[in-house]
Amino acid sequence: MSTDTVVSAKEVSKVFGKGGVVALQGIDLEVTRGEFVSLIGPSGCGKSTLLRVVGDITEPTSGDVTVNGKPARQAREDRDYGIVFQAPVLFDWRTVAKNIGLPLEMQRWDRGRRQARVAEMVELVELTGFEKHYPWQLSGGMQQRVSIARALAFAPPLLLMDEPFGALDEMTRERLNLELLRIWAETGSTVIFVTHSISEAVFLSTRVAVMSPRPGRISALVEIDLPQPRTAETREHPHFFELVTEVREALHATGADQVEEQLAAEVAE
Amino acid sequence: MTVTTYEEPQRSLALRFAARFREWLPAIVIFGVGLAVWQWVLPDIVGVQRFLLPRFSAVAATFWTERDALWSAGWFTFKEALGGWAIGCSCAFLAALTLARWRPLGRAFMPYAIAANAIPIIAFAPITNAWFGTFSPHSKMAIAAVLCFFPVLVNSLRGLTSVRPESIELMRSYAASEASTFRRVRIPNSLPFVFSGLKVASVLAMIGAIVGDYFGGSIEALGIQIRSSVGISQFEYAWAAILVASILGLVFYGSISLVERRVLRWHPSSRRIE
Repeated sequence: MSTDTVVSAKEVSKVFGKGGVVALQGIDLEVTRGEFVSLIGPSGCGKSTLLRVVGDITEPTSGDVTVNGKPARQAREDRDYGIVFQAPVLFDWRTVAKNIGLPLEMQRWDRGRRQARVAEMVELVELTGFEKHYPWQLSGGMQQRVSIARALAFAPPLLLMDEPFGALDEMTRERLNLELLRIWAETGSTVIFVTHSISEAVFLSTRVAVMSPRPGRISALVEIDLPQPRTAETREHPHFFELVTEVREALHATGADQVEEQLAAEVAE
Repeated sequence: MTVTTYEEPQRSLALRFAARFREWLPAIVIFGVGLAVWQWVLPDIVGVQRFLLPRFSAVAATFWTERDALWSAGWFTFKEALGGWAIGCSCAFLAALTLARWRPLGRAFMPYAIAANAIPIIAFAPITNAWFGTFSPHSKMAIAAVLCFFPVLVNSLRGLTSVRPESIELMRSYAASEASTFRRVRIPNSLPFVFSGLKVASVLAMIGAIVGDYFGGSIEALGIQIRSSVGISQFEYAWAAILVASILGLVFYGSISLVERRVLRWHPSSRRIE
């Protein structure tokens, strides 16, 4: 493991409940500094579970996860990562500025430093003028930008994103994709991004991990060698389509077919 | 990018007043019709007797001439209700915090709290009189407090626990302590629920204090005055006293609503729908 390794998962498995639903099996994944790795796969393949295991929100049944060379639990307690969920998970009773400042408040930043940082974040996600608004006064896309700003506020070395744009319309989603890439380039953070959109994964990532369900495992890793910085034109690049096809085929090779087999095997039992 | 705000357009004071008046006009008309029915239709056309319902004008006259006695009795009973409400609601909120913090405890006690919500606690009023003294305001406070306790407990507990799991996961990602999660997430989340509990409790506290009086109490108490004036056929006085109780109840409820509006300004329900 090099010093540039941010996340290292070894032989990680997760079994839920007494029924023994195997959400993850034998996951090995290394993510190095500055990478943007997407986890893609059909629903129920355990991609969100893997993200939660990395963030120590869920504990693995077996295997090891280290973040910045520390056990995941230690990394969480050291606040080594920021997390963005599919829902914005903003607190209704806090204004935009106070929501963004929440992690800073938790880390006891003093008031002046906190306000300066929040102002910087508001500008980064282009919400200037909305600092005093409450969440219900914002559109879904704006709410998600607030939650991204909140995750980035304390400049965590790692950003975990669980389908952050899944609930947004296509236009907002594409705009936020570009914004996220700009922020990623500006902050130099490392991102693990869960999605079930193939084109989103290819567009954003430096590497795509294709996952297969039941039991969840990483069935293919696709390097995305599209030039940086990516722009709206990247989506029209011929190589973009080749990569989309490659990821799609990787998904088909393992995803759906294997589910069928598994179901058949279960029925036979 | 468009800025979404919900500001009212600037209008002159007179225009705003006129608009408000139009908005309230139907309610004002109904009020007038109700008074007219009470004053003329019921006694003169339907033939309702005085001991069933005195004329509005007679009640209003008593309400005015006896105002000192009525309001001092009202204040006496209101203090009983307020004291019971404050004790009952604070105990309930503390209990809810405890049961939310230690969920197994909550699961053990909740069925009883919900069941207690369905029993007619007012039936215990004679018992609290026996426990705390018939002539002491404490016996009325006790029954009012018990009446307030369960709805506030059930509402608060629901508010403290109906937090979306991601909110808790987010706090976990910040390595937040349990106390910090309560302070920053669970308690603010519970406030809309707590306020509906507090409002229901204000009504129950007034009922508890007055009905507690009916089972015996100080001659200064409103409930006692209602009971004894009916006993000596002073129906106008009884109705005037009921009017005082109603006004106090409305003011109590309204004050809590005002505080709620100020505290919950962040809540989506504070959005103005014009």
